[in-house]
Formats: sequence, C-alpha cells, structure tokens
Amino acid sequence: MGSTITEKILANASHKKEVAPGDFVVAYVSYAMAHDSTAPLAIESFYKITDKVFDKDRVIIVFDHFFPAPTVAGATLHQKSRKFVVDQKLSGFFTNGVCHQLLVEKYVSPGDVLVGADSHTCTEGALGAFTTGLGSTDIGGAMATGKCWFKVPESLKFNLTGSTKKGVYAKDVILSIVGDVGAAGALYKACEFTGDYVKNASISSRLTLCNMAIEMDGKNGIIEADQKTLDFLNGRTGKIFKSDKDAYYEDEYEIEVENVEPQVALPPVVDNVEPVSAVEGRTIDQAFLGTCTNGRLEDIEVATRIVKGKKIARNVRFIVSPASQDIYLAAFEKGYLQDLVKAGATICNPSCGPCIGRHEGVLCEGETCISSQNRNFTGRMGHPKAEIILASPATVAASALAGKIVDPRDYV
Amino acid sequence: MRAWKFGDDINTDVITPGRYTVTVDRKRLGEIAFIEYRPEFAKEVQEGDVIVTGNNFGCGSSREHSPVAIKAAGVSAVIAKTFARIFFRNSINIGLPLFVCEDADKIDDGDTIELNIKTGEVHDKTKGLVLKSKPLPELMQRIVEKGGLVNFLRSDGYDNV
Repeated sequence: MGSTITEKILANASHKKEVAPGDFVVAYVSYAMAHDSTAPLAIESFYKITDKVFDKDRVIIVFDHFFPAPTVAGATLHQKSRKFVVDQKLSGFFTNGVCHQLLVEKYVSPGDVLVGADSHTCTEGALGAFTTGLGSTDIGGAMATGKCWFKVPESLKFNLTGSTKKGVYAKDVILSIVGDVGAAGALYKACEFTGDYVKNASISSRLTLCNMAIEMDGKNGIIEADQKTLDFLNGRTGKIFKSDKDAYYEDEYEIEVENVEPQVALPPVVDNVEPVSAVEGRTIDQAFLGTCTNGRLEDIEVATRIVKGKKIARNVRFIVSPASQDIYLAAFEKGYLQDLVKAGATICNPSCGPCIGRHEGVLCEGETCISSQNRNFTGRMGHPKAEIILASPATVAASALAGKIVDPRDYV
Repeated sequence: MRAWKFGDDINTDVITPGRYTVTVDRKRLGEIAFIEYRPEFAKEVQEGDVIVTGNNFGCGSSREHSPVAIKAAGVSAVIAKTFARIFFRNSINIGLPLFVCEDADKIDDGDTIELNIKTGEVHDKTKGLVLKSKPLPELMQRIVEKGGLVNFLRSDGYDNV
C-alpha cells in the first residue's frame, strides 16, 4: 500500500523508509515557533531541559497575540521572551505580523516539519509541509532537542471539485466542511485537501482551507505542493512529496464547491454552520477583517472592492488588521488601505488583533461581531455575552456597509 | 474526591479565557479556571477533585494555560470520553493525569470518585460503579511515569524511543 504526503514527510523526518498510521516516531523538526502568549511557558520548560537551543536559526519567536503590549502584564511577558531571544542569539524574532503568515512568507518550504505553540500552525501545511500546533512544553522540548515525537495520523481526503459561484470564497468552503464534519470529526487526523478546486486556488485560499483543519480537531492540514507553491516560495526550495494513488485514507469526502453558498458559523462553536440567509438582517456592532484565516492581500482586496467609495454604517466599527507587514505595505501601495479608511475602517497593526479579545476591538455585553477569523467561542473577543459570527471577508465587508448581516452576493 | 461534571466540546476559551492568560503564575491560573463559564468552580473545588466531561474536552487553542490552570486549581485528574489532541498532549506533558473513559456519562456531578492510575479504573462510589478507561500508548505512559515531558527528556531523552 502507498503512503500519503503526511506519512511520507514524517518518515523522511524520522529517517525511516516508511511509516504507517498509529506508529510513534521521533522526527527532526525544521522549525520550532512560539508566540508572545505561549513562549513564556515554553521558555520555562526549555531551561529546565537545557541552556542552549538546538539551532539559533530554527527557533522562532513572534509577538502577535498582544503587540504592542496593551497591559503591564503583557509588557512583562514580552520582556521575558525578548531576553530569551537575546540570550539565545535567535535570528528569527518578529513583531510585524501573525506568526503563521510570517512563517509562510519567510520560512516554511514543502517537506518541512514545523511545530508551533499555536493551534493554527496547521495553516502552513498549505505549502506541502507537515505543520502542527502543540503546547508550550512540547515546543520547549523541540527548542532544546530539535526533535519531537508524533503519532502518525490517519489521513482524511477532502476532494474539492469545480469552482465557487461569484461571492463565494475559500472561507465559505471550509466553513461548510467544518459544519459537515463536526468540531471533532477529524480528531487526531491529517486533513489533506485536493481536487481541481484546490489546484486552481491561490496560495492565500489554500492557507484559509488548512487554517481551519484544527476546527475539526485535525492534527494538520496539508496540500500537495505544485508550481504555484514553488513560485510563492520566492527562492526557497523544498522537497515535494505526493500522496500515492493507493495511499490509505480513513475517509474521503467529495465536495462540489459550486453548491456552496456564503456561510456563517454561529456561536458558540465553529461547527454551528448555516447559510448566511439564516441570520440575514441581524444587526452588528463590529466587523473584523484580519487574522491567520483571512488577513491576506486577496482578502483585503475583496473587502476594498465592496466598500470603496461608500460609507460604513454608523452603528459599526469596521476593524482591519493585515496579517503581516508585507501585506500591510502591499495593501497600502495598491491604495486599498486608503479606500478602507475613507469608507470609515480602522486599520490596526498586523497582529492577531481583536480575535483573542486582548486589545484593538474588545466586545461588551450584548454586542455582535461578524469576523473573518476562525473561532466564535464564548467570551473569545471580550464579554461572555457578546456573540461572534464567522464569515468570509466579503460577508464581513458587505455587512459592515449595511450595518447588519447581508448576503455578499448582492455587493460583489 | 468530588466529580465536577462538564458537557461536550469544552474549549480552552471556556477553561481559561484568553483575556486572563497573560501570565505564567500558576496560582493565578488556578484561580481563573472556568472563571466565566462556572465561576463557583475555582472557589469551591477541593484538592484532589476530578473533572468529568464528555467528548472533545479541551478543544481550541494550544494554550497550555488550560491544563496548568486545572492542575493548579487542585484537580487530580480529568475523565473524558474523548480529549482534543493538543490538550491531551499538554496534560501528559505537565503531569496532569487523564482517563479516557467511554462510560464517563454514567458519572453525575457531585459523585464521589476514586481513581486507580495504574489500572485506569474509575470507581464511582456514589453509584457503586467501576468504569474502565483506555490505557495510554506506551510512550505516553513513560512520559506520565516520569511526571511529564521535561523530566522525560532530562532522564530518558528521545534517543531511546
């Protein structure tokens, strides 16, 4: 029997000829990453194991969860992580974007094994790498040893075919999949996205698909690398692994994306997915465009086209946070940010922003936010009686204009 | 020890809301466990009590603050039908015992529980039930026996896996 991409990468990284689902392996990691929220605990674990990182160029620290620091407590944790960066002479320290976006822009190549102390580390698998989220102690261990243990996951295949209708995007496709598969439907599994829709999708859209593998409890999201991936790498090289035709998949899902309508995930769980029509007309207080899910140039472009020359509804705070400084600059150079500001948006620095309720757009009791992010859990963006509705950038932007949730197909 | 019963899909934002986790202070984390979802929990939980829950416990964020908070609050073990993957690893790594028990539903809030970590047996003394749990894979068992990943890497390391 053949192997899947995930199995091949894990075999390669653990110096084995082949591995099978259920095997326990110790793999060499290409990179170990932690951000300002998870690094402090990782650093504590690290120093209990050793005093020197396995490779100063492969341990990466990103400040994105609360940067610039909004509180003294946050600033104090930053100070602790900065000291680690200096003491360990790390070359990879960033404060200019969401960790996953920076990792795809600067580091990850096909065939890599990336471990990150953030659950959405499944995002980077869109470049044909094995990338997974772990906790701080696992990352502290990886920073110390350059290795990590894994149980080789069974793979699920999501075969996406056709083209989406106008006004429907990768976010709608993945929300619809999460709704079908369920919040624990891919528990411990590799989620492999394939099919002509994926082949034709931009890297940005592929990242959106893989980003939400964790919302089905998937271990990793992965997409076979192709010429589009290599072009995106901007000179970086990697090793392309492809799933064999006779590889074993525990389950295979066939999805014709032309049947997908604009979707929303209603609180308090991500698999509570409905077509946008289910909540059309519901008043909103905030609209947020950004995050590792949908804060890329393509997303900002879609939103800009919708709001350009118009005015955001008076009852709405429209917050935009590009996912990285490179995206911020590109959006500026193309005039998108100017158009968004003129329409009434507030542009924040590249970071996780209000997605985790720590700053830049916290919600109070009774408020509703429509967001391009990936989680709608109770209390995530502020008060536990505030509600978060997940949607595509187009639905977010169109709703910001209307002051209520609307079907974006009337606006694109 | 008392059972504190929770439902399915209890996520890390429910266990330790992100707005409260800008700290590595164990005591403080113990105080914020379920702070908004079940505010009486951290105040009333006693050393050694157990959490009993359904499917997919600990889903969501990778934040290790969640199992750390549960452990710091005094909880001696979590019993669930299934655990989310990262929470599962995090708990093993920090030495919080987990019991994967298909019959967790049979336990009610407030029941008196006794656990046997060696055999994986969950004894509901209120109901007179002995429930079995799924044994951990060998490598995870070794990490548990060392008291967590840090000790495991210091003593055994990955070379002998």
